[in-house]
Formats: sequence, structure tokens, C-alpha cells
Amino acid sequence: MAELTYREAVARGIAQEMSRDPDVVFLGEDVAKAGGVFKATVGLYEQFGPLRVRDTPISEQAILGAAMGAAMTGLKPIAEIMFSDFIAVCFDYIANEFPKSRYMSNGQTKCPLVVRTGNGAGSRFGAQHSQSVENWCMMIPGLKVVAPSTPRDVIGLLAAAVRDPDPVIFFEHKSLYAVKGEVPDGEIVDTLGTAKIVRPGKDATILALALMVPRALAAAEKLQSEHGIDVEVIDVRSLVPLDTQTILNSVGRTHRLFTVEENPRLCGWGAEIVSIVADEAFYDLDGPPVRITTPHIPLPAADILEDVVLPTVDRIAETVKRSLNS
Amino acid sequence: MKPSKQSTSGGLNDDIGETKRLALYRSQVRLREAEQRAFDLFLQNLVKGTSHLSLGQEAIAAGFAEAMQKGDLSFCTYRGHAHTLARGVPVEKVLGELMQRDNGLMRGKGGSMHLTSEEHGVMGSYAIIGAHLPIACGAAWRAQYKGHKDVSVCFFGDGTTNIGAFHEALNFAVVWKLPVVFVCENNLYMEYTPISEVTAVPHPAADRAAAYGLERIIIDGNDADVVYRTAQAAFAKARAGEGPTLIECLTYRHSGHSRADPAKYRPEGELEKWKERDPVIVYRERLKQFGVSEDTIAGIDAEVRREVDDATEACKAAPMPQLDILTTDVYADGGWAWRN
Ligand SMILES: Cc1ncc(C[n+]2csc(CCOP(=O)(O)OP(=O)(O)O)c2C)c(N)n1
Repeated sequence: MAELTYREAVARGIAQEMSRDPDVVFLGEDVAKAGGVFKATVGLYEQFGPLRVRDTPISEQAILGAAMGAAMTGLKPIAEIMFSDFIAVCFDYIANEFPKSRYMSNGQTKCPLVVRTGNGAGSRFGAQHSQSVENWCMMIPGLKVVAPSTPRDVIGLLAAAVRDPDPVIFFEHKSLYAVKGEVPDGEIVDTLGTAKIVRPGKDATILALALMVPRALAAAEKLQSEHGIDVEVIDVRSLVPLDTQTILNSVGRTHRLFTVEENPRLCGWGAEIVSIVADEAFYDLDGPPVRITTPHIPLPAADILEDVVLPTVDRIAETVKRSLNS
Repeated sequence: MKPSKQSTSGGLNDDIGETKRLALYRSQVRLREAEQRAFDLFLQNLVKGTSHLSLGQEAIAAGFAEAMQKGDLSFCTYRGHAHTLARGVPVEKVLGELMQRDNGLMRGKGGSMHLTSEEHGVMGSYAIIGAHLPIACGAAWRAQYKGHKDVSVCFFGDGTTNIGAFHEALNFAVVWKLPVVFVCENNLYMEYTPISEVTAVPHPAADRAAAYGLERIIIDGNDADVVYRTAQAAFAKARAGEGPTLIECLTYRHSGHSRADPAKYRPEGELEKWKERDPVIVYRERLKQFGVSEDTIAGIDAEVRREVDDATEACKAAPMPQLDILTTDVYADGGWAWRN
């Protein structure tokens, strides 16, 4: 067991997979010699050498296109897009190329690659470097979408993503890179599409992803200690595939559902899950499902502004308490 | 600065040899007949959706494919029938896909713009302009990394040279010294607009080669011998680990951009002028100059026509796709489920 930061876990996860499989290669801007702008890939270049850990030009289309061509022909590339906002620059690959290749070719071609990217707010970077864009990707048939919240899960889910035969978009949260957590020794491999109950409870279910998981947990502690409300917190971990069963089972026990999303409210992933629960577990609910989100605005830069738009521990706790009491 | 490579005629030197010449001829006739058939079938409403023919551009597809070895990979555009057929994909498979039949290359799930045949090295036809140039780089990167000797060949039009992915891919391929050959088929028009009206330089691909440290190569794309020789040189360079080549082939499409386009924007006489240099006719004359008999030529023509006729009948008789394929192959497990 070791204590690792989330950023160290990224490097360990990539190293674990590169050690295991010589077909795993890694490319991106500043990822090799410089160790990544978030220092999440430090040491990989030294360990695996310039043929497997490659610095690229600032060419997001070339990075994802090359990853796809390599994946189609037998490699297992991990490609880094520095900030998830830049996915917009190479969205053709995400929306039209990776996910459709297999279907359009009637199963002839494959695209087993991972796109890792720094997602989310909290660093005061402003509206073009702070977005949570997992919902951009979630809606596309053929893609898988993953977002870990702990160092341990970074390794386990990254390994699962690399070994997965489909294209996976792997959202690392920028504001979690410095967070530490216990990581077991040895190889860690998770299964995609498995949500985790990170705090059992009986009065309500809160679903959260990435940075919102620790906030939901803190809100749960507050609700317990200040109001005696016992909430269950689920780390969704993977939006596609989605572990609907764990979510429905939890709602079946607690009878109340809350989602905590960092993305802007319109078409956020919480809406999809609320719709599934309304369809399939409506009579388990004792009250309307509630979505806690960022408002439908671009992200502002200043601390004081950014802090109020993201769901806070207080906002989560307050919303749950008010809804349960009404 | 290196001199520009200009060549307008294959000349009469016989470095190519009769066997290869007959293969080049057969391939061009096959592409011509199959595409003309696609057009006839469209008039009969048996080919639906859209389709983009490359009538008049056959020398490029035939010349490159004949220079390719088994294992080399082709990446083409929505205008990809010829490049797909030239790698040896049966006419029936291509016409079947255009006619939306179950015997089609992708059983109707891809359509005219997405022809793919992995077993023939046809790694897809891409309908978003420029997308496949970086993808071809990635396939070439795999060859380089694994020490394989195959080359990735990427075909695209003149219009594609004005999209970002073209420039990203060229720089990337040069910096990584990748075994990839970029082939611009300059048919003078993007969709309906002359390329010259929307491009800063007269030769949209070749004039930009220097920006990536590449040689400026412009060839007669209507002469299959010239194309074949140029392709061989580029492939040899790629296989020797000396990196990418960018080739601009001058050519002309005889039909409109797509089946919906009557090509009214073309100046009077332009098509007629280019038809005098129809690659199939040019090549037929060349064979005669080399002493190939009329009978041999007529024999090839008849064989090809029979192949296309048989394919047409087989496709007409083939069933439509079954609806149960609708939800297959979205994900690698064969299905489409995104949730449990
Ligand atoms: C990104 C993108 N923009 C626009 C189009 C629409 N479009 C389809 S073909 C075409 C013209 C392409 O011209 P060129 O590259 O010269 O190829 P050609 O058709 O001559 O083979 C355009 C604009 C597209 N498919 N993709």
C-alpha cells in the first residue's frame, strides 16, 4: 500500500500498461521529455524511451488521427489532449471517426485507443480551460466515457480503458491531480461500467463524478453530523458503459435521488440518469429527483466567481436537506 | 531549392514490361466499366443515396494500386470506388454496397462513401474532408514502430489541401519520418468551385510541399505509367525509412462532383479537351504502340465487361440487408448496449 497523488497514479497506470504490453504507446504535446503540463506523465519517457513515449507538435487532429490509424492497425495508443476543452479542435475524431469506424465497416475495423485529458474547473483558468465536457462525448454511440475520482481508480480504470477493445475517453480532473490516496501495491485493473457505493446510507442517493465525489462525501458527512440525515454516495466512475443497476438498486433502498454534476445544466449526464430512473423506478421514488449542477454559463475566471458556480459542499448539503424536508 | 519534377508522358521506354502494362490497362478498364455501371444503375434508381464517381481519374487509382504490395494500406475519400476496386475488391461487393444489398462490402451499413475492405488493405473511405490524412500517419507509425515494411497511401482531392488536418498530417509525418505517401488528385475543382479561386498558390499540394521540407512533385495523373513509376519511387523511399512523399497528380473528373451535380459550372470545351487525354484511351493507344494486338485488348475489355455484368446481375438478385444487423458492431462486443 502506498500513498500516491492522483497525478502520480496517472503515470503509474500508464507505466503498468506499457510494461505489460509492448503495443501500448503514448503520445501528446509535452508529454515525454517535459512529463506533461500537469506533470502527470513524469518518468515515462525515461522508462520507456522515445519510440513509445512521444512528443507531438501542437496538432490535436494529427494526435487523435494518428492514434486512430495506429489503433486500427494493431497498436494500443494512449493519446493525451492537454485540456479537455481542446477536444473541440479534434472533435471530428471523437464524433465521426473513432466511434463509427466499426459500425460503418460492418465490424471489419476496430479502434482500441484511449484519449486522456485534463477536465474540469477549480484552477481559475477561465472559460476555455476549465470545462467539464464529458457530456460532449457521452451522447455518441460507439464511445466509452470514464472519469475517476481517486488515485486508486485512476490506475484501475485506466488499465481497463487501455485493455478495452473500444475507444475510451478518459477524463482526469485537473483539480484532483494533487489529491492523495491509498493505492494497493501490484497490478490494479478495474471493470468499466461499474459504479462504486463510496458511502452507504439509507435516506437518499447522491450520484457524483470526479471532483464532485469528494464534495458529495463531505456533504454527506455534514448532513449526518448536523441533521442526522444518512445519504448514500455513489461514484458513477463510468458514464458509458453505465452501471444502471447499482443506481436503480440504491434508489430502491433510499427512495430519493440527487445528482451532482460539474457540467452546465443543459443536457448534463444527470438528466439522462434521472430519465432512466423515472422510466424504470418511478414508483421507488418518494419525491422528485433533483439535479445539482453548474448554471448554464461559461466558467468565469476569478476565484470568487468560479467558486460559486460549481456545486459546493454547502450547496449539495443544503439542497438535499431542503428537498428531504419538503 | 530542388527542381520541380515535371513529366507529361510515359515515353516509350519499357521499364514497366508487358505483364504490368496489361495489368494497368485491365485495372483502368475495370474501374471505368464498374463506375459507368454504377451510374447506369443510379439512372435506374437501383443505386440510391449519393455517389461520387472518379471517371477520368482511373490512371491514379490503377497506377498506385499496381505499385502497392500486399499489406500496403489504402486510405481513401468518399470518392473511393476506384481506389477500393483497384486493390482487388470484387465488383460485386462494391456494386452490392451501392445498391444497398446484403452482398455489399458492409452489408449496407456503410454506403458508397465508406467502402472498407480490411482484407484488401482498404482501410476505409472517409467522408469528412482531410480526416484520413492523420489516420494514415497513425497506420504508418505502427509500421515504423513494429519494423514492418508496409506503406500507408492516402488519397485526397485538391480541396482537401485547404483544411487544417492536411497541414497537421504533413508536418507530423515529416517530423516522425513516417512511411506514408500522400496523393493529391487535383481534378481542378473542389465541389463546384475551381480550386484556383480558393487557394493561395497554383498547385495546391505541390506548392506547399516546401513548407514541410518536401520535394515539389507534380505529375500527369492521366498517364498510368507515370503514376506507376512515381508511386514505386515514393514507396521505395518510404520502405527505406526515408519518410513521406507528397505527390500532386493532375487530372480531371468527367462527371459532376456527385450524382446530384450536372457540372454546369465548367467552362465550355474544358471537358472535351480533357477527354482527348482520357487515361483509358491514352493507355489503349500505348499498348498498341508496344505491339499489343487488338485481340488481346478486346479480350481484356470483354472479360471486364463480363465481370461487371455478372456482378450487376448478382447484386440485382441479392436480398436487401436484414434488419437484425442494425444494432450490431456499435461496440466491440458486437452489440450496442451502453448501459446495463
Ligand atoms: C470537413 C468537410 N467540409 C466540407 C465537406 C463537403 N464536401 C464534400 S466533398 C467536398 C469537395 C472536396 O474537394 P476535393 O478535396 O478537391 O476532392 P474531390 O471531390 O475533387 O475528389 C466538400 C466541400 C466535407 N465532406 N467535409
